[in-house]
This record gives sequence, C-alpha cells and structure tokens, in this order.
Amino acid sequence: MKKYTYTEKKDTRSGFGAGLHEAGKKNENVVALCADLVGSLKMDAFIKDFPERFTQVGIAEANMIGIAAGMTIGGKIPFTGTFANFSTGRVYDQIRQSVAYSNKNVKICASHAGLTLGEDGATHQILEDIGLMKMLPGMVVINPCDYNQTKAATMAIAEYEGPVYLRFGRPVIPVFTDPDQKFEIGKAWMVNEGTDVTIIATGHMVWKAIEAGEQLAELGIDAEIINIHTIKPLDDEAILKSVKKTGCVVTCEEHNKFGGLGESVARLLTTELPTPQEFVATNDTFGESGTPDQLMSKYGLDAVNIVEAVQKVIGRKKA
Amino acid sequence: MKHTIKELEDIASQIRRDIVRMVHGCQSGHPGASLGCADFFTALYFEVLNHKTDFTMEGAGEDLFFLSNGHISPVWYSTLAHAGYFDKSELVTFRKLGSRLQGHPTTHEHLPGIRIASGSLGQGLSVAIGAALAKKLNGDQSHIFALLGDGELQEGQNWEAAMFAPFNKVDHLIASVDYNGQQIDGPTSKVLALDDLQAKFEAFGWHVINTDGNDMQAIVEGLHYAKTLTGKGKPILNLMSTQMGAGVDYMVGSHKWHGTAPNDEQLASALAQLPETLGDY
Repeated sequence: MKKYTYTEKKDTRSGFGAGLHEAGKKNENVVALCADLVGSLKMDAFIKDFPERFTQVGIAEANMIGIAAGMTIGGKIPFTGTFANFSTGRVYDQIRQSVAYSNKNVKICASHAGLTLGEDGATHQILEDIGLMKMLPGMVVINPCDYNQTKAATMAIAEYEGPVYLRFGRPVIPVFTDPDQKFEIGKAWMVNEGTDVTIIATGHMVWKAIEAGEQLAELGIDAEIINIHTIKPLDDEAILKSVKKTGCVVTCEEHNKFGGLGESVARLLTTELPTPQEFVATNDTFGESGTPDQLMSKYGLDAVNIVEAVQKVIGRKKA
Repeated sequence: MKHTIKELEDIASQIRRDIVRMVHGCQSGHPGASLGCADFFTALYFEVLNHKTDFTMEGAGEDLFFLSNGHISPVWYSTLAHAGYFDKSELVTFRKLGSRLQGHPTTHEHLPGIRIASGSLGQGLSVAIGAALAKKLNGDQSHIFALLGDGELQEGQNWEAAMFAPFNKVDHLIASVDYNGQQIDGPTSKVLALDDLQAKFEAFGWHVINTDGNDMQAIVEGLHYAKTLTGKGKPILNLMSTQMGAGVDYMVGSHKWHGTAPNDEQLASALAQLPETLGDY
C-alpha cells in the first residue's frame, strides 16, 4: 500500500474559494453569484478582488440559477454558490430547463454536501444530489476529494464549456493530493495499485478508502484504490481495466446508494463485465443532527465499513 | 417609424393566419395568447427591437428578447420567420418530429432567434435579468425585452426576480406582461387573482406603464416610450392588456382557446377573418 501522509487538514469548500479566485484572475469572464452564503462558500477573496463581477442574489436560489443562465448569453462564465441541497433539489427545474436543456455554461457549485454538514440535520444534508444531477443530459458531475483537488477542479471547470455540477463539503479533512495537480475532467486518479479488490471512492470517502487500504494490507489484502472525482462522464476505461484484474469492486460515497456513484459503476459493469460489487453509501435514508464523525460512523461511511465490504465482496468472488 | 401602422397591422394579420394554420396543422398548441400577442410581436420585431437576423447567441450590440411564457411559440416562430431569421416554409414543421420548431421554444435544436428554452413557467424574467447584467459588464447599452404571461406570475420565481431587478438597478430591462386575464382553468380572477399588478410592481420598485396590446399604434408608442425610460435606475414593466384570441371572433376572450386547436371548419372561419398579406407558408 502506497503511503499517504498529510501535514494539514482543510475544508474542500476553501479549495473551491481558492480555485474561484484563481479562475477569476485568469479569465475576466468568470463571474460569481451567491444566495446569502458568501462566508460558507469561501467566496470572499473573489469578491474582494472582483466586486463588479459578483452578484449577491439574496435567498432566492431559483432566481440565481436563471440569472446565471442569462449571463452566459453575454459570454460570462457564472459560478453559482450555495449549499448542495439548495443548489439542486430546490432548483431542479430551473437547472433542467434554463441550464441543462438550454446547454448554458453555468457552474453549479455546491458546498455542505452530504452528512458531514453535521449539526444542521437532514433538512440541509442532501444525499440525493449526485443522482439528481447525473440524470440531466449533458451535465458534468464532479465530487473532488480534498482541498487541492477541489481547487484544481474549480479552475478546470472554468475552462470547460458546458454545464457542470461541482460538489464539495464543510468539514476539515486531510490534504493529501498534489497542490500542483492538473485536473482532468472525466479522468480517474489511481490512488493505489493492487490485485485483490478495486475500491472506487469519491469526495470525502477517498481518505477513508486510503485508511481502509492500510487496514486491509495488514490483513493481507492488496486493494487497488481509484479516485473517481468525475462521476459523469465516468472513466469507464479505468474502471474496467482495474476490475478485470481484481474481479470485485467496492464503491464508496457520501450519498444515497440509490442514484449515486455506485449505481453508475454497476450500470457499467452489468453491461460490460458483470462483477460482484458492494456499496458503501447511505441506504435510502435521511440524515440527522450530530457531529460529522458521529454521522459518518452511524450511517456506515467509515474505513471499517469499507474493510467489511471488501471482505464480503472478496468472499462473493471466490464463491 | 420603419413602417406605417397599416403595414404593421398587415404583418400582424399574416402572423395570425400562420398561428391558426400552424396549430391546426398539428392539432395541438396554444392559439389563444399567441393571437393576443401578435400585435406586440409585430411592433417589437418590426419597429422597436434593434436586432440582426444574422443570429448570434451573444447578440453583442443588439437588443435581446426573451419569451418566458414559451407556450405562445407559434406567434414567435411566425414573427421570426417573417423578420428573416429563417424561411417561413419551416413553419409547417411546427410540433412535428425532427423539427427545430418544438412545442415550446428551445436552443437545443439551434433555431435562430432563440436564446433560452422556456415552457416551464416563471423562469424568463430571471434569465432576462442575467442577460442584462452581462450586457452591463460588457459595456453594452442595448436593451433587454421580456414577455411574461399574466397567469405565470403565480410562479414565485417571478417575484424573486421582481425584487432583484430594482434593487440592483437593472434599468435596461423592459418586461411586458400579457395581461389577458385568462389561464387554463379559467379567468385568473377565479383561479388565483393577480389583483392590482401595477401597485404590486410599483411596490417592488418598477416603473410601470400601461398599454393596449391589441392597438398597434398604442403598442408601438408604448414600447418606444418604454425605451426612453431606461437608464434611469429602474426596470420598466409594461402592463399590456390584450384579448386572448384577438383577431378570431369565436376565440376572443375565452380561456377555452388557451390550448385547443381549431378543426377544419373553424380554421376556414378564422382565415376568412384574417387577410393574407405576405403570402401563406
């Protein structure tokens, strides 16, 4: 197992804020909109340097999506910012008609996704957003795994023409990816090469998968770990190549197993290479109030859950 | 004036013929408010709008128009064809498989003149505001026009947009409301009353004007006047009274013709009332 270390912990939303600031410096057409959550979305640096390119829309997310769609017509590249719940479920039809169907170059940037939002509870902890967004034709769906990757992803989507959903989170987590990485939309990142099982993880679950990989190594299990930061378009080639070698797969995501990354992988494997698969994801449930760590543990999204899923899926492979 | 009022009325008559023929041709679509807005579209595209028919999505240096109540697509398609955006022969494909003239307007099939999809109601005003903000950032002093149905003002997003535009001084925006007082289930006064729209928009900070949307002279003058009001810190709302089905006697004023196609006999009756002025498609 390749050794991963970290010297600091940071939130992925701060990676977004830093990436937005960089994208703004690079391209004067980059504009930002926010629905009364500037601090939470870490947009301060962008607003300070480019005040005329920032639009505060107030608590009016539907209007924000429509305005963003309209701004693309004048050649702007709008980044909308609010919590993941209000970025997707609340404005689904606005995104569907004014952004996706109209093929507008809007970047829907969503913080506080999943259970790790914590104490605010289930009203704010969306676990369905990946499914909602990946079903929209033409929508790119990205869920980066740490500060550096989120920053790189934010800069990369500014250069991509078309609608994108960028999902990130609230808690501080280890920063373990390369600060100078080149982010390639739709390209998986090989975290660790192995032979016994393929662990496919996205977002906050990538660090958990690394922790699980270390525990599995102690048990004599050689896990291949792949980071799928782009859930759509999915890197079919990387997944198939790995699964051909290992013969079984565990998918890990801070999302409902209905409609998430795991289902995308299952769809691919069912048609191309039927393979035993286990899902580390929430199971058709809402969240609740609690600390991020308590919630990840209670809802089965810890390293230990990945280890158990790996042992189970390897058993199925042998059977 | 680029045209006389009589010339504009003749164009509107042809557009009305097209509307009833298009809706009859596919036995579906929305003739009522399309007919009611034929004078507005004629005035806008043939007299008021500073636009090029050599279409670009951005429309730099041009006035832009956004239709929020996308179901009145027949009037828009006919207007765009006669204005020169595409050949009028394409109107026959309306709502048919493989057509660029979808039931509701879309950019998806790349029809010149369309900049956003509409149909699901209540979204157009926000989009128009966004387009206006982008023009401002680009130093482009052109105008943004939008048309909203009155019934669709029941959608909450309109009021988010209505609150935003005056606060942010989006003052190159002229939104018109097709105030025909009808919606699918009956008169708006019975379904969910709009009451005093002028007072409501004024309370939000809009400069409201009133026009008769079925009087060509009045609508041309009203839209020109609206343009003189822009750039003064307030968005403009043109409260435009129209009659659903205007120009076809048996359709006038009834919500029953919101989304019903005429049969052969009704088509003949409608066409007898609408002179063919520019040649049928």
